[in-house]
Amino acid sequence: MTAPEPDGQPQAGGQSPADGQSPADGQSPADGQSAAGSADAMAAEGALLRVEHVAKRFGAVTALSDINLHVNRGEVLGLLGDNGAGKSTLLKILCGFQPPDTGRILLDGQEVHLKSVDHARSLGIDVVYQDLALIDELTVYHNMFLKREKVIWPLLNNRAMRKIARERLDAIGIGLKSVDVPVARLSGGQRQAIAVARAVYSDAKVLLLDEPLAAMGAKEAALILDLIRDLKERGDLSIIIVAHNYGQAIEICDRINLLQHGEITFNKMSKDTSVQELNDIVIEEYRRALLERQKSA
Amino acid sequence: MSETAERAPEEEVAALPPTPGLGGGFWGGVKRVGAVLAQQREATVFVVAVLLVIYFWRTAPSFLTKDNIVNVSQITAPVAIIAIGEVFLLVCGEIDLSVGFIFAFSPFLMHYLIDYYGVPAVLAVIISLLMGVAAGFINGFITVALRVPSFIATLGTGFILFGLMLTTSNAYPANIPNKAQGIGHWIGTYAWAEITWAIVLVLIFQVVLSRTRWGLHTVAVGGNILGASEAGINVARIKYAAFIMTGFMGALVGLQEAFRTNSIDPSSGGYQPMFYAIAAAVIGGTALAGGSGTVIGAFLGSFVLAALTDGFNLIGISANPEPIIFGGAILIAMIANVQLARLRRAGRMT
Repeated sequence: MTAPEPDGQPQAGGQSPADGQSPADGQSPADGQSAAGSADAMAAEGALLRVEHVAKRFGAVTALSDINLHVNRGEVLGLLGDNGAGKSTLLKILCGFQPPDTGRILLDGQEVHLKSVDHARSLGIDVVYQDLALIDELTVYHNMFLKREKVIWPLLNNRAMRKIARERLDAIGIGLKSVDVPVARLSGGQRQAIAVARAVYSDAKVLLLDEPLAAMGAKEAALILDLIRDLKERGDLSIIIVAHNYGQAIEICDRINLLQHGEITFNKMSKDTSVQELNDIVIEEYRRALLERQKSA
Repeated sequence: MSETAERAPEEEVAALPPTPGLGGGFWGGVKRVGAVLAQQREATVFVVAVLLVIYFWRTAPSFLTKDNIVNVSQITAPVAIIAIGEVFLLVCGEIDLSVGFIFAFSPFLMHYLIDYYGVPAVLAVIISLLMGVAAGFINGFITVALRVPSFIATLGTGFILFGLMLTTSNAYPANIPNKAQGIGHWIGTYAWAEITWAIVLVLIFQVVLSRTRWGLHTVAVGGNILGASEAGINVARIKYAAFIMTGFMGALVGLQEAFRTNSIDPSSGGYQPMFYAIAAAVIGGTALAGGSGTVIGAFLGSFVLAALTDGFNLIGISANPEPIIFGGAILIAMIANVQLARLRRAGRMT
């Protein structure tokens, strides 16, 4: 479970760090912040994963302008934001799929340069993508072991993979009749659960979940939420969940970060915020954007 | 056997479900066996191959004589060997149209090296095979690094190789160098040499495709390239490997055919063996869209094409309508593949 550090209210109300409020992570506590902000900064010092001033551009488009965040050991961090806010880009940087233009990433206090997904995985950072990264044509167990197959050189050890996949899926309560079926035949929830199980059993220290509940019905979402709750109870896995549904995020996460126009603009413990507050921040952003458009017109 | 949706056939047969509607008794058993066969991608083409053999044996008894079996094997083998490479390429979502021109150029290269540069025969054969590897690498480079669709990339390299072969040979055939006759026996001169190579290579690469990480990753790349990449699979390496292997197979078949016919002919190779190889792969259950396929299926597809060619000849049907039959066979195979794949995905063929 999360160590409920006094995360404070460093950035309420969707204000930018430049507003004089306490910032998100990575800034010096000596910037005239509140005591809560200092506590947050201290927590960030001991964070398992810490991101400092990360930026990413794609041509003329700035996807991330200055990202500072952290996740503590055993904590579940919800990363919320509108479409195009940069959530998926940030996740792709954190899992080694693409490098940041600037900024640094620290794992267990050590700066790491993630060269590839494989490299990130070898360091204990694993990801479950929104598009699942499952291969429809492959069986459940081949998908679960993709890129870390059990091998009796030079052949795949299918028997071992089949057995372990069965055990792991049973252990996390995913009832599948067979692990020999292609994943194309499974429901969205079952597919997502397999993708999560694949990452969980990769000795990950940090698990990144990209919209794990996207396009799911209530029953399927419940399966995944239960799975995340079980992982939280284990207490040894830090999870960053990118989500759209504020209610679900507040329910399942220990802390909420809001990503707006390439920056973290909100950082609160889930128990200290509400769907209403998050909605208000986003609506305020829409109003501001609308005003700017009217002015420029 | 299929590399995708790994099944343990013996387990599946043993645990054959009492599928509703299949019933019990003899006919229920027949239907269940039919259902299992329908799940195997090679089953359809295997049944077609058996029916063809029976038909041609009944209508032309000489079909199953030793000499004719050798003949069929020599038609089957080159197509099957090239099809191995094409299966890997198709499974990972690519295609190689240049392989027939690698086929055409490799024996000429061996001839130039031995007769004009005094290179020892074994070394000349190895260099000719490496030419195929290099051509495959270039195809891979243009497709992967320069992002030109493989259809266009290999069309271009195919024309270049064709032009190189015509320019350097002045479009005249050449004799097999005397120094190469010895090694040539093992490569293609002996009656059973080509089919032996084909069977050994088919078995090896079927195992590679269905039982190794390379094969699994090839299927993953063709099935979901983004997903495979996000899982950490080196997509570029998988594609390079498939192009290189296809180039090698093309060069090998070019040498084999030159030794078998005892002539280096500028009119051999080209588009025909490439199209036959792709047809064989497709008839054998390989999906043109990538993500699934089998090498054994392609071998059976090659045999079906060879049996049709040879059988029609034996029963006195002109060669002219052959393309109609081939075209029909490809269309029927594709329609069957698409529909069977749809049923498999829907779980209605378990």
